[in-house]
Amino acid sequence: MTTMADRTDATTTVPTEKLTLARALTLGMRTALRHDPSVLLMGEDIGRLGGVFRVTDGLQAEFGPDRVVDTPLAESGIVGTAIGLAMRGYRPVCEIQFDGFVFPAFDQITTMLAKLHARSLGRITVPVVIRIPYGGGIGAVEHHSESPEVLFAHTAGLRVVSPATPADAYTMIQEAIASPDPVIFLEPKGRYWDKAEVALTPYGTPGAGLDKARVVRPGADLTVVAYGPTVHTALRAAEVAAEEGTSLEVIDLRTISPLDHDTVVESVRGTGRCVVVHEAAVSHGVGAEVAARVTEECFFELEAPVLRVGGYHTPYPPSRLEHHYLPSVDRLLDAVDRAMAV
Amino acid sequence: MTQPDVLDTVQLLTPEGTRVADHRYDPRVAHLDPAALRELYADMVLTRRFDTEATALQRQGELGLFTPSLGQEGAQVGSAHALAPQDYVFPAYREHGVLHVRGLDLTDVLKQFRGVDHGGWDPAEHRVHLFTLVVGAHPLHAVGYAMGVQRDGDVATGDPNRDTAVIAYFGDGATSQGDVSEALTFAAVNQAPVVFFVQNNQWAISVPTSGQTRVPLVQRGVGFGIPSVQVDGNDPLACYAVTAEALDRARNGGGPTFIEAVTYRMGAHTTSDDPLRYRDAAEVAAWRAKDPIDRLRRYLADAGELPQQFLDDLDARAEELAVHVRDTVHAMTPPPAESMFDHVYATPHSLVDAERAWFRDYESALEDGSVR
Repeated sequence: MTTMADRTDATTTVPTEKLTLARALTLGMRTALRHDPSVLLMGEDIGRLGGVFRVTDGLQAEFGPDRVVDTPLAESGIVGTAIGLAMRGYRPVCEIQFDGFVFPAFDQITTMLAKLHARSLGRITVPVVIRIPYGGGIGAVEHHSESPEVLFAHTAGLRVVSPATPADAYTMIQEAIASPDPVIFLEPKGRYWDKAEVALTPYGTPGAGLDKARVVRPGADLTVVAYGPTVHTALRAAEVAAEEGTSLEVIDLRTISPLDHDTVVESVRGTGRCVVVHEAAVSHGVGAEVAARVTEECFFELEAPVLRVGGYHTPYPPSRLEHHYLPSVDRLLDAVDRAMAV
Repeated sequence: MTQPDVLDTVQLLTPEGTRVADHRYDPRVAHLDPAALRELYADMVLTRRFDTEATALQRQGELGLFTPSLGQEGAQVGSAHALAPQDYVFPAYREHGVLHVRGLDLTDVLKQFRGVDHGGWDPAEHRVHLFTLVVGAHPLHAVGYAMGVQRDGDVATGDPNRDTAVIAYFGDGATSQGDVSEALTFAAVNQAPVVFFVQNNQWAISVPTSGQTRVPLVQRGVGFGIPSVQVDGNDPLACYAVTAEALDRARNGGGPTFIEAVTYRMGAHTTSDDPLRYRDAAEVAAWRAKDPIDRLRRYLADAGELPQQFLDDLDARAEELAVHVRDTVHAMTPPPAESMFDHVYATPHSLVDAERAWFRDYESALEDGSVR
């Protein structure tokens, strides 16, 4: 396989554009479609409609119905046929319309997609990307606001990533498409309309990678670990905390499998305190995993227990209640206060 | 109401081995001379010998499990003989006859049952995918693969060495799985070059086909707008003919076909199963009278095309295969324990790397006695 680095053209001046996260994904996929004929998109309503969030807007018009495929309304069928297409040499990018609709495909993802490379002793690769708009805060109906990342992170063979910014959305979707491994690509739908400058690098420009976290705000007193939609929450909390004299270091995990423990551990060794925040339920979650690893690696540097902030062990509540369920700036700051008080 | 493509069950050989004329399908088998029919016969006999040997090995404790294909050799060998080299096969876990015809060393099938790996062979070598034990998951992969064949332009070019069909084998039980319905849907709306070959062997472990469907399975395909045909699955000649027609339709751009091969699982579901608990001896005896190997032998013998020398040679080949199966299984040893960390991902994954390193340290410490 040609690696992305092989195709870099370092002499080109890179244009930038102010884009929403959703549009950055569109342009990232468009770049991949233009440069790699094996890339194709498939999903429900992604063609003429451009997807329910318009993330594939205009792509069927440019690349035709054989490369931007409106599939029958059947998630298992989408992922199952994507596996067959990948075996034939294609790089399918599947759109699941909403987080709560991925479960009909769960068997195909966990028993087939995740395991084919190992089952075949490495003879088959299945470079399939599964895009899932996830998370809440948009006032949606049931099954439209969930955070299922742990179910996939617990399955060996899958990579699970989530961009938090338009710039990461643009590069990470291209890196996911180029990855020979299957990638669960979680899009924080509550942040689809966030705007930021994005460097429209040419296809194949090496990005930060699909396996690295990033310190997005340096700080001294406590490490906040976030990803996807809660990175924004953590940054807002850090501003408030700064006014109150507490310096928070914010880490955007970017990837959940693998989890970049090195970046987290290095940060906590400096701050001595750690709070993990995600929209998914706290129990058995990413926060539990981070807390366990931090405890193992930084036991003697820790000044306080690692605390977790996130959803409750309930079904995602009706939208009029979701602000009670979602980790808010206040709830995060409450955890910060508790950790700082130890 | 939409009807199957062919209304009656296709049969070219009666259980007594009498050739039945069939206007539509006779041309499909006209080129099969006695030598070709003897190869068809030989492949069924060898498949059954493999089955007997693998069952014995399980009984001796050499295999953890085995899925016998006893009784289904006609459907498997007959249909597989119609495949072209470029065609791609997606089997379920009982398709030993198909795998044998495609050229696989059948001992590869036994690696999984011996517990030494989950796969067993290189799918690209004979263009046969690996099976899994998740019933009904793979027809979707076949359809996706066929959609890739379409996009590659390897359909309806008129070049017999290029035009490609895909075939998915599954059973009556699998037809109840949602994934199979989705596969039929995706195949139909895409007109994908795929053949669904259903072996209705009457039993999904202990549940008869009547527990899966209120209509003949062949009508399932019809409901999706897919040309569908029911064939006597214990008639290798008829299975060859209907499969050849379906594969041609796929290669020529005519889209999918649904074949219901009516056959019988003469043995247990697996070596862990006990069919005496759920079916009558009389039923088994009635199907034994329709055995696919017997009927082709009768036909060839009646035609004077089964010389003793051929039968003696075939006995020798079968015995040779049995010895090969025994010796190969006995020699199958587990791979190094650390290999469980191989191929989890195609690119480095820090967690797998870290756990592999930990495992290596722990295992070597066990060896030198520094941990317990």
